[in-house]
Amino acid sequence: MTRQGWLITAVALGCAIGALTGVKKPVGDILFVSVIVLYLAVAYSLGGAKRQVDAKVRESDADDDHSLEDGVARVTVPPEIYGSQTPREIANAIVTRSGNFSTAPQDEVTSDSVIVVEHLTKQFGQRVAFEDVSFHVRRGEVFGFLGPNGAGKTTTVRTLSTLVTPTSGSAEVAGIPLDGGHDIEIRQRIAVMTEVPGLYLRLSVTENLVFFAGLYSYRDAQPRIDRALEAVNLSSRANDLCGSLSKGLRQRVGLARALLSDPEIVFLDEPTAGLDPVASLEVQNLINALRAKGVTVFLTTHRLDEAEKLCDRVAILNTTLRTVGRIDDLRQRMFHKSILVTTVDPLPDPDRLFSAIDDVASWTKDVTGGYVLVVSDVRVAAPAITRALVAGGADVLSLAEGHHSLEEVYLELVGAAGQGGEQ
Amino acid sequence: MNQSWIRIRAVMRKEFREYRRNRFIIYTMGTLPLIFTALPVISLFSISSATPPSVVRTQVGITLLLLLVIPVVLPATIAAYSVIGERDQGTLEPLLTTPISREEFLLGKSLAATIPTVGVAYVFFLVLVVAIRLGASSVVAHAVWQPSWFLAELLFAPLLAAWSVWVGTAISARSSDVRVAQQLGTLASLPALVLPLLMSLQVFKPTATVAVVIAVGLAVIDVAAWRVVSKMFDRERLITGASAVTMRAEAGT
Repeated sequence: MTRQGWLITAVALGCAIGALTGVKKPVGDILFVSVIVLYLAVAYSLGGAKRQVDAKVRESDADDDHSLEDGVARVTVPPEIYGSQTPREIANAIVTRSGNFSTAPQDEVTSDSVIVVEHLTKQFGQRVAFEDVSFHVRRGEVFGFLGPNGAGKTTTVRTLSTLVTPTSGSAEVAGIPLDGGHDIEIRQRIAVMTEVPGLYLRLSVTENLVFFAGLYSYRDAQPRIDRALEAVNLSSRANDLCGSLSKGLRQRVGLARALLSDPEIVFLDEPTAGLDPVASLEVQNLINALRAKGVTVFLTTHRLDEAEKLCDRVAILNTTLRTVGRIDDLRQRMFHKSILVTTVDPLPDPDRLFSAIDDVASWTKDVTGGYVLVVSDVRVAAPAITRALVAGGADVLSLAEGHHSLEEVYLELVGAAGQGGEQ
Repeated sequence: MNQSWIRIRAVMRKEFREYRRNRFIIYTMGTLPLIFTALPVISLFSISSATPPSVVRTQVGITLLLLLVIPVVLPATIAAYSVIGERDQGTLEPLLTTPISREEFLLGKSLAATIPTVGVAYVFFLVLVVAIRLGASSVVAHAVWQPSWFLAELLFAPLLAAWSVWVGTAISARSSDVRVAQQLGTLASLPALVLPLLMSLQVFKPTATVAVVIAVGLAVIDVAAWRVVSKMFDRERLITGASAVTMRAEAGT
């Protein structure tokens, strides 16, 4: 119990003892003791709530520590392909906004922006959930929101969906300012699917949807419910109790619920978490179908392959926003172009061979025995490299453009954040 | 303030469906009133016509006290589960992202707890008075069949139930554990029993005027409780465990 809780309880007990010894009339006793009991109950209840806050904050702090450590430890990109500026330097430049890279060209607010976030910050006491976050989301795009555990992704979604009040900054959702005075209007235009679908397990699929349709004040909701169930391919399970459904099917019911109100924006918080590959694919197909219908999807996920497959643009958050933009643009900004060369036998004098090619800026040997050549233009460099290798008598197995996954971009940015945090 | 009755009804219907699917709720709703009605009926049936009127009045007073315990105690645990239970099963967050206001949500929840409780209380009151009319001595029947007692039951049962529900809901909205909330909810609803207790102890007689005045007072308290509990319903605290106001103050902004 908190200090205030002990104090309130001690005062209440003192009053109770005083009353029992001082008051003689039975009715007066009963009244007084009843009031004290009520007082104690409320005092204890408030103490309990305070304990819960402390526990949650501690839990979140623990998550943050773990994620940063994890992010630093898992950086695996070979340093030889970085060129003159390493990805870590580039990432730090983005993080500190003082280097050669800027997020501004990719993130200008346009007339079709349905989410506009400006310097948004949320603090829980002294703990920062996210800080100075600015980005926008265009109508009809799938916007990926990535970051490690405890980065503030879910809190951002909760803030934009009016569940959590921002500490500072401003935002607009569906063209409505997020100022506390228009919360219901915003909630009429959005739908949120939380990581846990949050279904009433004793009710059937249809009964769950009828309830939520009622919360949107739809009088005759059945056509909407039928459409939503059809969209998630669940019409045949409409009368099944949600408690009897598998996790994947419950996730689909959650999606059907999100579609009920024909929202402008759908927030999906880890929609494929814990799903098997087939179920994940179904969810991904649904997200693509939403995009085709012009619905804006705000997708938070840990699954970088999923983000790479689905998202038009991504933002990477680790308390502060690390970057935002199209994945291809991020790759180009993060990594220099490279060509991977594999030969049957090691080259006798690779340095002489590669140094003679104008388009090759530098080269290095990779762990598999191949060669990684940093180039300025792949289309110019590849024929020149091929000619030089043939002229040098090398037996070439393969020659391919170096490809950097979103995972590499992500790990560099999150790793840079970890390093920045330590500094 | 504009409340949407469609949304309030949606919450109520959902609650009623959940009650029906969980038979233990129905069984416990029936068992307690059965005990609270059967015991006084047996006691009143044993009173003979020769018993002094003061003894009869005391026995009848205790009986009506027990009948008014039903609407106080019965909804307390249900109300105490109402908010924290939603949070516990992960349904609160999706629900709060819909256009429902906190007043509508709480009103729907409280009506869903109050209506069946009052129904049960009325049914058992009716059973008791009819049984007494048919089987008890004329002295007892005369003492029970007073318009003021009927009026008191009619007015006080819903108003006491509503009070109990709001206390339980307030605890539910601020508590961190379902079990603690349910225990506290029952405990904190007990002070409402002071009113029937004073009546049964003959501190005041429930004449029609007194009953109406007290009922108006209780109604005002219930409406005020709805507003107070709505203010206590902090979406941010319920979802994250932290209050927006407190946190902003602590952050110094």
